[in-house]
Amino acid sequence: MNHDSYPDNYIRGILNNVKTIAMVGASPVNVRPSYFAFKYLAQRGYDLIPVNPGHVGKELLGKPFVASLLDIDRPVDMVDIFRNSSHIMPVIDEALTMTPLPKVIWMQLGARDDAAAAKAEAAGLKVVMNRCPKIEYGRLSSEISWMGVNSRTLSSKRAPPPTQGMRLSLNRTSMGGGDTAASDRAAKNRTEPG
Amino acid sequence: MSDRLPGFSTLAVHAGAQPDPTTGARATPIYQTTSFVFNDADHAASLFGLQSFGNIYTRLGNPTNAVLEERVAALEGGTAALTVASGHAAQVVALHQLLMPGDEFIAARKLYGGSINQFTHSFKSFGWNVVWADPDDISSFENAVSPKTKAIFIESIANPGGTITDIEAISNVARKAGVPLIVDNTLATPYLIRPIDHGADIVVHSLTKFLGGHGNSIGGVIVDAGTFDWSKDKKYPMLCEPRPEYHGIKLHETFGNFAFAIACRVLGLRDLGPALSPFNAFLILTGIETLPLRMQKHCDNAKAVAEFLASHAGVASVSYAGLPGDKYNNLARKYAPKGAGAVFTFSLKGGYDAGVSLVSNLKLFSHLANVGDTRSLVIHPASTTHSQLDDAAKIKAGAGPDVVRLSIGIEDKEDLIADLEQALGE
Repeated sequence: MNHDSYPDNYIRGILNNVKTIAMVGASPVNVRPSYFAFKYLAQRGYDLIPVNPGHVGKELLGKPFVASLLDIDRPVDMVDIFRNSSHIMPVIDEALTMTPLPKVIWMQLGARDDAAAAKAEAAGLKVVMNRCPKIEYGRLSSEISWMGVNSRTLSSKRAPPPTQGMRLSLNRTSMGGGDTAASDRAAKNRTEPG
Repeated sequence: MSDRLPGFSTLAVHAGAQPDPTTGARATPIYQTTSFVFNDADHAASLFGLQSFGNIYTRLGNPTNAVLEERVAALEGGTAALTVASGHAAQVVALHQLLMPGDEFIAARKLYGGSINQFTHSFKSFGWNVVWADPDDISSFENAVSPKTKAIFIESIANPGGTITDIEAISNVARKAGVPLIVDNTLATPYLIRPIDHGADIVVHSLTKFLGGHGNSIGGVIVDAGTFDWSKDKKYPMLCEPRPEYHGIKLHETFGNFAFAIACRVLGLRDLGPALSPFNAFLILTGIETLPLRMQKHCDNAKAVAEFLASHAGVASVSYAGLPGDKYNNLARKYAPKGAGAVFTFSLKGGYDAGVSLVSNLKLFSHLANVGDTRSLVIHPASTTHSQLDDAAKIKAGAGPDVVRLSIGIEDKEDLIADLEQALGE
């Protein structure tokens, strides 16, 4: 998998097929990005499990925190990691000891560890790095277009009607809609500072 | 069939505009409403807290405007955009996210006269200090950098002379200084130049001009390239510090590579207020559908008119980068190979009086203060758009007393040339 640029179908397939998501580094503080993503995904019907050893005994939107992936009592489809790039590998190592194995490892916006990704892929897992599932859901459903964001999709087909007021469906017919310089330039800036 | 990306003309028609999911309307509806109902209290709170995507109030966003935002972002190759009430509003809102009182920004001396006024006078009362540099001398940008510098601002094709700016050279200065490069791409439009491809971090437009293209609607837009790291040097508190307006959210951390566009919306537009009318957004969107066709015709006509003027005995000089031998022709070939735009200046051997006489003798060209209309336009910048500059600054801006500015429309070029020929007399 080319981790600089994912096909829309790859991301849409993951978001369609996973049901249970363990969020490592989930925060109960309601202005943290992990809280935003947790709430958004929970509202769209995913079964979210907050993983954070610092908050065991508390709940996040009615879901009890667990200390580690190994404390989860049910099969997990996707591990969504809200940690810095330098803290990814131990989470992958732990995820690869889960039974059954999760199907997907997702690293949040800004997080990327190619060695950890390779290890997970070698074990048969799908990997997404440096993306946010909330943003990707919003982009592929075109909800994020309401914020003036370039969804990079085009469609001449009528999308499924919105549910619950303003929620748009992930599943609409669309094609790729143009590129941006953002990932290329950000990668270049990483390798050639200043 | 997965990796193929659509071309510019396809994006100009389709980007942002899918059929309306509730009604099936194919053209983008005009959502002429101030407000949008919430599902319940939690939905309302989620929207106000930026936790959900959605519509609240048209000052903050509107579905018609959002289609225009996505379309311009796609055409420019940006991650997101924000429409505002005018090109001037775009500049205020963009710089509001970057500058605190006492900060500086560097701006090219060759700019639209209204921008020179805005930067020099209005921004002074905000404590934003402009430092001018010469786009023909890159070292003047390097020398203007100070610890207080927060941004560099240039025009891709500069008003009024139609000169071409070396975007890549200035983007290198911005990168070394660790500040974003803002490019006003109004006169080029993304059809001719995509500044993000040449190193711009932010693009602004007056939508009023070629993008809308029909001289009927004022509007502006800010495009976020998604390329700048707002958290790296902790220089941009609007983007990297917890925002008290939103209970401590850090916008860059939360919104990643479209955080600047979100900051412009939720801090700038929300609090400063220059929202675009959805009706204007609709007219501008309709204009953009034909941008590639119009822009090519504008450029082809402009080149023919410039060639005619260059050969006319009464004309002292023509400043059009599309002419071989023009000082900016090499830059035009590099940055704008499809055409050097349709706004340019020329001067008459008869000086100021001949200019005034020409303007009054024209029958097809309209004498007015705009550019980028389907109709051909003429103006004398020294007495109008650039009148508030002193004489030295007028000359530096390319708007000396003998200069006449043309904005070439999409009429038949033979008619434009005939009108100029009869008006020049002799």
